[in-house]
Amino acid sequence: MSEDTGNIDPQHVPSIANGYRLQFEEAQNTWVLLYPEGMVKLNPSASEILQRCDGKACITDIIETLEKAFETSGLSEDINSFLVIAREQHWITLR
Amino acid sequence: MSTSMLEHGLVQDPSATRPGPPLWLLAELTYRCPLHCVFCFNPVDFARQEDELDTDGWIRTLREARALGSVQCGFSGGEPLLRLDLETLVGEAHKLGYYTNLLTTGVGLTDARARALKDNGLDHVQLSFQDSTREMNDFLSNTRTFDLKYKVAAMIKEYDWPMVLNCVIHRMNIEHIDKIIDMALELGAETLELANTQYYSWAVVNRDHLLPSCEQLKKAERITNKYRERYGDRITIIFVVPDYYENRPKKCMNGWGNVFLCVAPDGTALPCHTARMLPGAAFPNVADHSMEEIWYGSEGFNRYRGKGWMKEPCRSCSESDDDLGGCRCQAMLLAGDPAAADPVCDKSPQRHVVDKAIAQAQTESTLPSSGQPLIFRDPKESIRLTD
Repeated sequence: MSEDTGNIDPQHVPSIANGYRLQFEEAQNTWVLLYPEGMVKLNPSASEILQRCDGKACITDIIETLEKAFETSGLSEDINSFLVIAREQHWITLR
Repeated sequence: MSTSMLEHGLVQDPSATRPGPPLWLLAELTYRCPLHCVFCFNPVDFARQEDELDTDGWIRTLREARALGSVQCGFSGGEPLLRLDLETLVGEAHKLGYYTNLLTTGVGLTDARARALKDNGLDHVQLSFQDSTREMNDFLSNTRTFDLKYKVAAMIKEYDWPMVLNCVIHRMNIEHIDKIIDMALELGAETLELANTQYYSWAVVNRDHLLPSCEQLKKAERITNKYRERYGDRITIIFVVPDYYENRPKKCMNGWGNVFLCVAPDGTALPCHTARMLPGAAFPNVADHSMEEIWYGSEGFNRYRGKGWMKEPCRSCSESDDDLGGCRCQAMLLAGDPAAADPVCDKSPQRHVVDKAIAQAQTESTLPSSGQPLIFRDPKESIRLTD
C-alpha cells in the first residue's frame, strides 16, 4: 500500500514513483529526475538519497548506508526532511 | 499540441556563457492526421509539405540530439501513430536515454501497438480531447472519435502510463469546462491541460469563431479554481490563458533556441512549431547538417537568440529579460515584422490589433459577425488557403 499522507516512518521503503526516471546527464554533469515533459536537476545530496530509493531499502537502511559512505553521522534529519518534500512532489512513493 | 510543456522545469543554467543543450526534442513525425481540428498547430500549408524523414533519418536525428544533451523526446504530428515505425523510434529513443512522450489523438492505438510501445519503453502518453460531449468533440475534429478516445484513455491506464489529457479551449467549448474536468477525473488523468487556443496556423484562420469573451474566460478560470480546491492533489489542472488577454507577452518557447528543438516531418529543424512561417532564409534540415551545427551554429537558430536582435520598445525595456519580447511568429502575424515587440504587450505600438480582436469577441453570440464559415483542417483547404 502506498501512503500519500501522514508521517514518515523509518521502516517505510521509498521508491521512485511511476512515471519518473532518475538518471545521470553527462551534458549537464548532474543527476536529473525526468517526468512527463519535464526535468528536475538534483543537487548532490538529493541525488545520493534518490539513488538509494530502490524499493528495497527502508529509510533506516538508507540513512545507515549514506552515513557510512560519507563517514559521518547525524544525517537522519536532513534525509527525512528531503523525503517529505520528495513525497509531496510525488517523486517517490512509500510503502 | 500543448504550449505549456516548456514550463515544467526545463530551464537552462542562467550562469552559462554559451547556449545550453536542446533539452526538448519534438519529433513531428508526420503532418498526416485523421482529425480535422479547426485550431490545428500544423502549418496551414501542410498539404504542400508531404515529405517525411525515413526511419534511419529519424534515428540519426535522435542520436545526434541525445549526444548534445536532449533529455525529453516528444513524438508528435499530425498523428504519430500513422507512422508504422513509431515503435522502433520509441525503442531507439528509450535506449538512448530519453524520457519518451507520445502526443496523440488516440486514433490508431490498438492494444497490440500499446503493448509494443510499452515493451519498447514509452514513458508517457498525452491524449487530446476536443470536448466533454460526443457532439462537440466529433464536430470540432470533424470525425467520430469520442468513444474511441474513452477506450484509449482506459488503455493508457491499463498500461500504467502517466496520463495527461489535453483539451484545447475556445469559444465553442469554454462553457463546458466543468464537464471537461469531470471527464478528466472520471478517466483518471493525473494532469489536465486546459490549453486555451493560441492564435497560430489554423487557429488564426478561425480566430473569430474561437476567441472567447473576457467574461467567459473569467468564469472558466473561477470554475477551474473551484475544482483545484475541491480535488487538490488528485489531479493537476493547468489552465493556459489565451495570451491576447494578457498585458505582457509569453516568454515564447522559453526563448528562441533556448531549450526547444522541433524537427518537422521533412527534417527541417525549427526553434518552434510554427517558425517556418517567418520570412528570411530557410531553416536547416537534419539531412544536410549535424544537430550540433544546427543548434549552435545555424543562422536560423541564432536569429532571435538572446536579445541582440531587439528593436524598441523591447531594447530599452526593463522587462525584456522576463519575456524576451514575446513570440516572433505573433509579431509577424500581427505587426508584420518578426523582430517587433509581440503586440500582446501593451507597450507595443501595435497593441490595438489585439484589442480589436478582443473587442469583437465580447458578444454573447457563439457565431462571429464576419460570416466566414469555420474552416476545418483538411488537405484541400490547405491547398486552397495557400494558393
